[in-house]
Amino acid sequence: MSQNFVLKKGLNIPIAGEAALRVSKTIAPGIVAVQPTDFKGFLPRLLVKEGDPVLCGSPVMADKKNADILVTSPVSGKVKEIVRGEKRKLLAVLVEADAKQQCVDFGVKDAAKLDAGQVRQAILQSGLFPWLVQRPYGIIADPDVRPRDIFISTFSTAPLAADSKFCFGDELKAAQAGVCALSKLTDGKVHVALDGNGGTSPFAGLQHCELHVFQGKHPAGNVGVQISHIAPICKEETVWTASMTTLIAIGKLFTTGKYDVRRKVAVTGPMAVEPAYIETVPGMPMKEIAFFCGNTAEETLRVISGDVLSGKTVGKEGYLGVFDNQISLLHEGTEQELLGWINPIRAHQFSADRSYFSWLMPERKKYAMDTNLHGGPRAFLMNDGYYSRVLPMDIYPVYLAKACLAGDIEKMEKFGIYEVLPEDLATCEFVDPSKNNIQEMIEQGIDLMLKEMA
Amino acid sequence: MNKIFEKGGKFYWLHSTVDAFETFLHVPGTVTRKGSHVRDAIDLKRILILVVIAAVPAALFGMWNVGYQHGLAVGDTSLNILGNWWYGFLKVLPLYLVSYIVGLGIEFASCQIRGEEVSEGYLVSGFFIPLIVPVDIPLWMLAVAVAFAVIFGKEVFGGTGMNIVNPAILTRAFLFFSYPNYMSGSNCWISYKPTEQLVDGFTGATPLALDGPAQYGTGFWDLFIGTVPGSVGETSVIAILLGAILLIWTGIASWKIMCAGILGALFVGGIGDLAGITTIPCYMQLLYGGFAFGIVFMATDPVTSAQTEAGKWIYGFLIGALCITVRLFNPGYAEGMMLAILLCNVFAPLIDHCVISAHLSRKAKKLKTA
Repeated sequence: MSQNFVLKKGLNIPIAGEAALRVSKTIAPGIVAVQPTDFKGFLPRLLVKEGDPVLCGSPVMADKKNADILVTSPVSGKVKEIVRGEKRKLLAVLVEADAKQQCVDFGVKDAAKLDAGQVRQAILQSGLFPWLVQRPYGIIADPDVRPRDIFISTFSTAPLAADSKFCFGDELKAAQAGVCALSKLTDGKVHVALDGNGGTSPFAGLQHCELHVFQGKHPAGNVGVQISHIAPICKEETVWTASMTTLIAIGKLFTTGKYDVRRKVAVTGPMAVEPAYIETVPGMPMKEIAFFCGNTAEETLRVISGDVLSGKTVGKEGYLGVFDNQISLLHEGTEQELLGWINPIRAHQFSADRSYFSWLMPERKKYAMDTNLHGGPRAFLMNDGYYSRVLPMDIYPVYLAKACLAGDIEKMEKFGIYEVLPEDLATCEFVDPSKNNIQEMIEQGIDLMLKEMA
Repeated sequence: MNKIFEKGGKFYWLHSTVDAFETFLHVPGTVTRKGSHVRDAIDLKRILILVVIAAVPAALFGMWNVGYQHGLAVGDTSLNILGNWWYGFLKVLPLYLVSYIVGLGIEFASCQIRGEEVSEGYLVSGFFIPLIVPVDIPLWMLAVAVAFAVIFGKEVFGGTGMNIVNPAILTRAFLFFSYPNYMSGSNCWISYKPTEQLVDGFTGATPLALDGPAQYGTGFWDLFIGTVPGSVGETSVIAILLGAILLIWTGIASWKIMCAGILGALFVGGIGDLAGITTIPCYMQLLYGGFAFGIVFMATDPVTSAQTEAGKWIYGFLIGALCITVRLFNPGYAEGMMLAILLCNVFAPLIDHCVISAHLSRKAKKLKTA
């Protein structure tokens, strides 16, 4: 049974640099980083040392709290370097890829015929388990818990997000196998959210799951928003979410028996030269996409793994995140603008506020946005309604952010900390005239909850 | 910024001030460090300066009216429009100087102490204060009142965005309770020198302070256009409406609060009319005194008003209703807007609390049944 949700609130940010629907290059990176920091709540214990040979799918690290949770290498080759940061914190394991690319064979299986234990074992073994995210808190899933439901969003509404149809449209078989496998891990249902913003979704035929259609502006594609409309998370409930890349990888594990995490990645943003897609593996060094950056000097370019709202600044020396299938290239907006704040027109700037005129512009007008803050940090001054107009969830964003700032657990619970991850409030942060880091506030609130609930 | 203003520099104590002027001149070249990498072009400077721009018509008209009323009072109507305006401008300018020098001085100092950037909140409060006090108020009184309002109404709570009551209204309330002689009586709302002889029979009382029939005698159009005695900004409903249109168009002020306020005033005014307490038709209540200025510019202050959408309706309605209630039942002082707004400012958090609690329990119930 499919259900339609039309979300009125939200904001599509009209930023320039959408990727053309073609794969401009297939990149087999010489070095790949396996980064434990991609997985929130994962405490890494190294299983390899420098010089060790690894295959695609060989374990590289395990979780200290649960040795069954593995993170594996996406390529075969040799461990080149173990990168540590302050206090010897493990930042990345660099694997030098070889030419042959051998994979660990996990065996082709029909997920429909396996029981829950076997499915869980297969996913754990392959290193795909930490790719499942638990809500509340957005941490890695616990294999000993049976979640209430599992949610999958098949699309993203984030600015310049990779086109779901183009990236995953030809992986239907894997997607179906993935849904089959995941449905064994929950007592509830697997809920799959389809894109209702244009045309029929290629995933409308998926079985063993409940389909929902979501129509609306960003963040309508965020799984957190979808959960709050389908079946909100209450206290002491746990649900899991899987991104599309996770779903396809799990599906391929069963259909091919391989740890195959190759994906199409959209290289986007106003600074990208001929933005298009590449095909690569997570952990790819950003140096490999230098041809997209043109001649821009390093100081004036921000390389983001992910979208411009919630992605992570990694720089030209950084690596593609495990969950990301988008890279955004932005100009560092360090220029001052004379009397810009009072300029009545300012046609090159986008604002969702009506004191500018960009809300009257046609939707096809795109803006070459940069990273300028456009103002100074201030206390929250505008009403809650100013923020909730871009948040299609039944919560009070300012009250929640303030509760997080105050570290008041009771109020955080009351205002819905279980339902959100920082990314869900990214649009609120975008429109905030007080320039608060709302996502960071929520993050701090979640960290406090994790500490107190542990 | 020059090094001497940075931390450890010789003039670090001026850091906030210099930074305020610098960011006034330029949008700073600061980039996002955390969270969303791109941000909306809007900032508080623009939002707050738009509120000031919205109040400019009322201020300009008010200045003219100061001269016009003075002319009527002393029986010298020889001045033309510009002459009247110039007279008023010279009267109001010192009020602005005092308001901004005292208010911004305290604001800059407090921001420096807290180590924050200077917030633009006082630009708005400072613009409103001269518009809502008697034009002949002694400047030292205004200075004391502004200092009180800014320090005890705002800074002690943590500055702009943290205050409970509107600082501009608090300034007026401070004057009202501390120096009532200057804030009431028949001639406080017009400008004249003690040496000037008033015309026989002239009364500078605002229409509200007059007795019933005389009050009603002030015509609809006089009130609507604003050629009546009163504080500088409050008299002209049409000028205030221009501001209201800008505020609603840009979405800065809540139309819900304005609508609810008008409904509340009509409701109580209507009851008073029907019950025979007053002979004033309820719609005239919207034109008298500070109602229009208060509901458009003061009640809609986003910091001190109700935050929730349902709360805004309740808050606005209460302001309108309370204002007219005071007008109908208080023989001593006929204007209720200031007190209504102050009281509702204090109650706004409670209104929000009730609205949110009700919403959350409804949500919990829905989840249980689902």
